[in-house]
Amino acid sequence: MREAATPWERLRQMLITVGPGALWLGLFVLIPTLIMLVASLMSRGSLGQLVPPFGLHNYLRFFSDPLFLEIIGRSLWIGLWSTVFIMLLGYPLAFYIAQSRHKEVLLLLVVIPFFTNFLIRVYAWIVIFQKEGLLNGLITAFGLPPAELLPSTLAVYVATVYTYLPFFVLPLYAAVERIDWSQLEAAYDLGARPIRAFWEAIFPQTVPGLFEGFLLVFIPAVGTFVIADLLGGGKVTLIGNLIQLQFGSAQNWAFGSAASMVLMAMVLLGLWLYARTQGEKGLDKLV
Amino acid sequence: MEPTLFRGRRERKLGQNLAVRLEGITKRFGDQKAVDNVSLDIRDGEFFSLLGPSGCGKTTLLRMIAGFDTPDEGRVIIGGKDMTEVPPYLRPVNTVFQNYALFPHMTVEQNIAFGLRMKKMPRDEIARRVQWALELINLPGYEKRRTDQMSGGQRQRIALARALVNEPEVLLLDEPLSALDLKLRQELRVDLMNLQERLGITFIFVTHDQEEALVMSDRIAVMNKGRIEQLGPTEEIYELPKTAFVAKFIGDSNLIPAQALEPRKVRTALGEFVLDEEDALTPGQEVLLSIRPEKIRLFRDKPNLPNVFRARIDDIIYTGSENQYVLLADGQRLMCETLNQDIQEPGHEEFTYDEEVWVALTPEKLVVIEGGVEGSNPYA
Amino acid sequence: MKRLLSIHAWLVFAFLYLPIAVIVALSFNQSRFGVRFTGFTFDWYVRLFSNERILEYLTNTLIVAVVSTVVSTVLGTLLAVGLVRHRFRWQNALRYLLYVPVVVPDVVMGISLLLLFDVVRDAIGWPRLSLFTIILAHISFQIAYVTLVVRARLMLLDPSLEEAAKDLGATPWLTFREVTLPLIMPGVVSGALLAFSLSLDDFVVTFFTAGPGSTTLPLYIYSSVKLGVSPEIHALSTLMVGITILVLLLGTLFWRKRA
Ligand SMILES: Nc1ncnc2c1ncn2[C@@H]1O[C@H](COP(=O)(O)OP(=O)(O)O)[C@@H](O)[C@H]1O
Ligand SMILES: [Mg+2]
Repeated sequence: MREAATPWERLRQMLITVGPGALWLGLFVLIPTLIMLVASLMSRGSLGQLVPPFGLHNYLRFFSDPLFLEIIGRSLWIGLWSTVFIMLLGYPLAFYIAQSRHKEVLLLLVVIPFFTNFLIRVYAWIVIFQKEGLLNGLITAFGLPPAELLPSTLAVYVATVYTYLPFFVLPLYAAVERIDWSQLEAAYDLGARPIRAFWEAIFPQTVPGLFEGFLLVFIPAVGTFVIADLLGGGKVTLIGNLIQLQFGSAQNWAFGSAASMVLMAMVLLGLWLYARTQGEKGLDKLV
Repeated sequence: MEPTLFRGRRERKLGQNLAVRLEGITKRFGDQKAVDNVSLDIRDGEFFSLLGPSGCGKTTLLRMIAGFDTPDEGRVIIGGKDMTEVPPYLRPVNTVFQNYALFPHMTVEQNIAFGLRMKKMPRDEIARRVQWALELINLPGYEKRRTDQMSGGQRQRIALARALVNEPEVLLLDEPLSALDLKLRQELRVDLMNLQERLGITFIFVTHDQEEALVMSDRIAVMNKGRIEQLGPTEEIYELPKTAFVAKFIGDSNLIPAQALEPRKVRTALGEFVLDEEDALTPGQEVLLSIRPEKIRLFRDKPNLPNVFRARIDDIIYTGSENQYVLLADGQRLMCETLNQDIQEPGHEEFTYDEEVWVALTPEKLVVIEGGVEGSNPYA
Repeated sequence: MKRLLSIHAWLVFAFLYLPIAVIVALSFNQSRFGVRFTGFTFDWYVRLFSNERILEYLTNTLIVAVVSTVVSTVLGTLLAVGLVRHRFRWQNALRYLLYVPVVVPDVVMGISLLLLFDVVRDAIGWPRLSLFTIILAHISFQIAYVTLVVRARLMLLDPSLEEAAKDLGATPWLTFREVTLPLIMPGVVSGALLAFSLSLDDFVVTFFTAGPGSTTLPLYIYSSVKLGVSPEIHALSTLMVGITILVLLLGTLFWRKRA
């Protein structure tokens, strides 16, 4: 297929291979995004449907209301801190796995939660945090009054960290696996003490993996609505919840579309920054 | 006594002091002894080689001198101080790694400056020394290059500069040339020798390439299965191998089993041979005679020499500069090399396949190896 | 230092498995409420299996997963081949479009498809939100993953192999069938497995594109959880975790045997 006989033949082959997939992506990814963009410029009809007039009013409303700005801020804040906690937990873990003699088994131990149904993993924390749950069982066993742990921001943090931890460990592990450990010895040899040697010789080699893991965790953590919905119910509203609300009970698709566009713009901005630092190869690695 | 050594016909004066002393070093990995009771002294300013087949424990030994591993038994003394337990970053020793281990995220300049930076040297001093090092390795102007864009030979030199710029008392080199192609290897051999001579730093050079060791070293320790088989000046290692392993591993050797009849006379499958004055055997003793292929002389007519016997030319290998003859005498094969020169005189004649020739083994060139045939195959 | 690292690691593993262990334990607990263990029972499993709706949801989930995986694997593989073997205008645009389903949060993906189906239905009265729309939606994100996985494999392929096939007289189609496809098969299989598990796991996109009568297991779990904790869900979750572990173990053994 590299050099087909005639230009026509080549065109035919190209249409057969690229055609269907490109068409699908156009119909179900590009066009919906454009519809969403148009919808975000429309208004809410009396039944919640999309109606003219067109304008920037949804965006104006979004950015002028402190409530919505607070939601954006909270989403970023919770996403950021969850990611930081995940890094603190996952970074040493990746090293432990990479230097273990039972790598494969330990990796499987990380992969099992990764492939366990997302809702089950979130649900498990309800069981732990609920009023009659495991944690309160422990607390009352010490003679303390039961705590009101659900819904709470704490629960949202714990479940977010729990849910996305494997997403971080796996790419970082791949980076740690590739490390050339003789460089650590080279650093010692040149007079660097252990912490310094790690920081100068090993840490920089994990930076691409760190970036990759950060994006893989941060983007979904900012965009999620299920975790906040189930564990922060009513108390913790993130931008994902806002969007869901507009398409659900609030019946304001136009405004929901605008909120989605904002979320998407934030993600694309983050990716653009990432691509600037890591090059396009970095994007490929994300998958 | 001032030790005097010869390397490539140049007389070399070494210092009086010991740079490194190893005392009874043993290192085990599981049941296997990677290094087995190794003791040796290396003098200040010496170019010392550890030579042996791959897997014989050279790297393991070097790592214990560098401080990456600690021996299970024995002591490592560097510059007169016991450093067995001292971590690598506190040893006055630097290493050129086999894979160079250059930091990929740093430029050439940053790589070379690393050790000086760890010593908290002032910036301008660092810059000055980095310049000096770059000129030393003949790469001025490469400061800002990234190391992954450079050729193998350049990377090797940067690794060398990165180590040397710290002015170590001892430089450890683990097969630094093995990843390069032949031509470059030969060039860098000479560069390394000159550099060592100029700086006067003690080099401990690990290699599995006997030619490399012979060309460059003042002294060589030949290692096999974690032990030192023989330690001595380069010429001695080649001319007077003490074990069958050394005879076979360094260059080529013909090994002939023999039994002593008199202190200087032995019986072999090829006949009775007389030996050099220096040899003194007890009658009945079993030994090996070793002779280098280039020291065997061949004649068309029977020469008037000691230790002469008949052989047939079984094969001829033409290598350009040499003719190698495979001789067959009484079922025993012998290798013989003669220079491919134009003069035809007795001892330098050219022969053809299946020709019957006279073989002469000069008594002074016959080296007696005591201690039987064990370990005669260096690759076993 | 090593000790600290290992203590840390085992604490993290404990964190990862505590919730799963709790659910598994509770699925065998007699008590309907709370976490106090009052006795061992299989009751919840019996109830689960006598619940006919669950069987229906399971069937729905599997129909969606199988159909969407087949379609997305075929389209994704072709697309990957085309992207690697041809140069054309808009190629870069297409490549960026490919990343969109991977990186955009699934809420956004879900509502944009909901909008699409709504707009089209307003125009031509079709399609109703149903299993069909869920399948369309799943294919839309699966196709990106399959393409990227297969493309990575294709780029490792030595082009001279295909040239050799043509040199030996194979037509482009035969070259693809006899040489390219067998060589990229591991990539195609991983892509398909990834697509399948993404479909099984998906809640968010399904949530926005499902209609009446097209409930899948994740949707069912979500609505039951919203209504309150139920031991039947513990039993269902335990089974799903068990199947996940089984599949992963078999997969690991399979790959190890091949290696
Ligand atoms: N870290 C290690 N663990 C187990 N065995 C080792 C280790 N390092 C080296 N060995 C073994 O010790 C022996 C000597 O190895 P090495 O010193 O690397 O040999 P050389 O450098 O001479 O090729 C080999 O048999 C090797 O397999
Ligand atoms: Mg070695």
